[in-house]
Amino acid sequence: MKRRQFLQGALLASTVGCAAIPGSAKPQVVVIGGGYGGATAARYVRLWSEGAIDVTLIEPNAAFISCPLSNLVLGGSRRIGELTMSLDALAGKHGVRLVRDSVTAIDAEKRTLALAGGQILSYDRLIVSPGVDFMWDQLPGMLKPGAQDSVLHAWKAGAQTVALRAQLEAMPDGGVYAMTIPPAPYRCPPGPYERASQVAFYFSRHKPKSKVLILDANDDVVSKGPLFKKIWRERYAGIIDYRPSFRTADVDAAARTAISELGDQVKADVLNVIPPQRAGAIAVRSGLANANARWCAVDFLTFESTQAKHIHVLGDAIAVAPLMPKSAHMANQHAKVCAAAVVDLLNGRAPDPHPMLTNTCYSFVSDTDVIHVASVHAYDADKKTLLVVSGSGGVSAGPSALEGEYAMNWARNIWADTLG
Amino acid sequence: MLKTILIAALLAASGAGAAPGTAASAATATGIAATTATGAEGPVIPPGARLAGTCAACHGSNGATIGGSTGATLPPLAGQPKEALAAALRDFKSGKRQATIMTQIAKGYTDQQIEQLATWFAAQKP
Repeated sequence: MKRRQFLQGALLASTVGCAAIPGSAKPQVVVIGGGYGGATAARYVRLWSEGAIDVTLIEPNAAFISCPLSNLVLGGSRRIGELTMSLDALAGKHGVRLVRDSVTAIDAEKRTLALAGGQILSYDRLIVSPGVDFMWDQLPGMLKPGAQDSVLHAWKAGAQTVALRAQLEAMPDGGVYAMTIPPAPYRCPPGPYERASQVAFYFSRHKPKSKVLILDANDDVVSKGPLFKKIWRERYAGIIDYRPSFRTADVDAAARTAISELGDQVKADVLNVIPPQRAGAIAVRSGLANANARWCAVDFLTFESTQAKHIHVLGDAIAVAPLMPKSAHMANQHAKVCAAAVVDLLNGRAPDPHPMLTNTCYSFVSDTDVIHVASVHAYDADKKTLLVVSGSGGVSAGPSALEGEYAMNWARNIWADTLG
Repeated sequence: MLKTILIAALLAASGAGAAPGTAASAATATGIAATTATGAEGPVIPPGARLAGTCAACHGSNGATIGGSTGATLPPLAGQPKEALAAALRDFKSGKRQATIMTQIAKGYTDQQIEQLATWFAAQKP
């Protein structure tokens, strides 16, 4: 009993001047962002500390909306409501304190953060999982009034997904849907190609004279390239037109026209611009995005920022290790390594020196058929990074409905693993 | 005392690579050493639980898999016999047993980790 009190005293003393919640003697962990990364981290800190660490999760949105499967809303086989879930089980079943607000500033010295609502919170360890933000300044025309209301990204699932589906439904048969893809790295490497497949699937059933035009800044399909290209030839010939190395430099939203850096102009009936991306705004604003001012470099044993101690960053916002995708599955895996390290450190133990992660990304190429890419990653002590385990991983032999069922199993299980 | 030194050494090693974070890691190491001298507190996270975290996205938290609608579900792992689990993973790894994805995933784990996973999942409630 004495020892416990002493230890808690020591832990709290480290936050002197900004004592945590009055009357609370437990270590305080604050998580910014209730997506796949942040929600998983919050849940697992509670689980693995057996409730001995207080966790506060800051998330401005009322609900969790899954980006994975959201391309199926565009294809017409799923509705956004099926991908929308409550965060409440994190509170009810796991004792996470949910705060519906957004963070305006982080003070790494004082270990406090300020919320838009005016509240100041203090932390012993902060976990930042802000996802991505869009670099609109690289597409000046998208900053004009109204541009972002007519030319949609739909790269954060929700209202934009529903609105893009409505644009596709309103488009007459014989029209052109064009999608611009930014240079890698961006959120969800196979996502744009899955989206093209979904829109082509919809057109093939309902608007067979219509076209899908892929304007890819990259020199080839970034993920599952041979598989996607084979499927497009076999299933969507005459619908999908893939144009690599089209680096979008500007957008004329009123004219629904994408303009390449070489001056090529492509007009569409529905223009869908996936903008260049960087770490979520709070990470950039707080100086955590120390890799090219875009992504947040971390220690892969703990996901602690290399910029600020006691602050961990995970999910799409980090500067990734080699062959590590920015995916929901990967964010879930980051979150567990990070949560374990945070519990270990707050309990006075060394973090696991051999963390491991997996990744699986399923892509729907119709309403039922799916292809995957998978990998296993382990910490390399010499190189101090996470590397794909030699011989592990790979892609599907071809699309199948069995993998479609597995993909839905994956969704149900990762949602439960993330949200409780 | 030996434990304290070991943990401090581990942390120092982990901090050495991340140049900008070295100061942070060193400070943390000092703090850890101080608390470890009085004994680490709180529950220990079992190594099997950490490793099983890599399976949960598809097979459910602690292997308690949520089923699908048409029966072609990913197999549940929790509460399965240890030997059957280990044998399945070894066969996926060697390619003796075919699968869409597990042949690719199982190759990422050592035989020792396969034993660890099988032991952990066998002991979990379905």
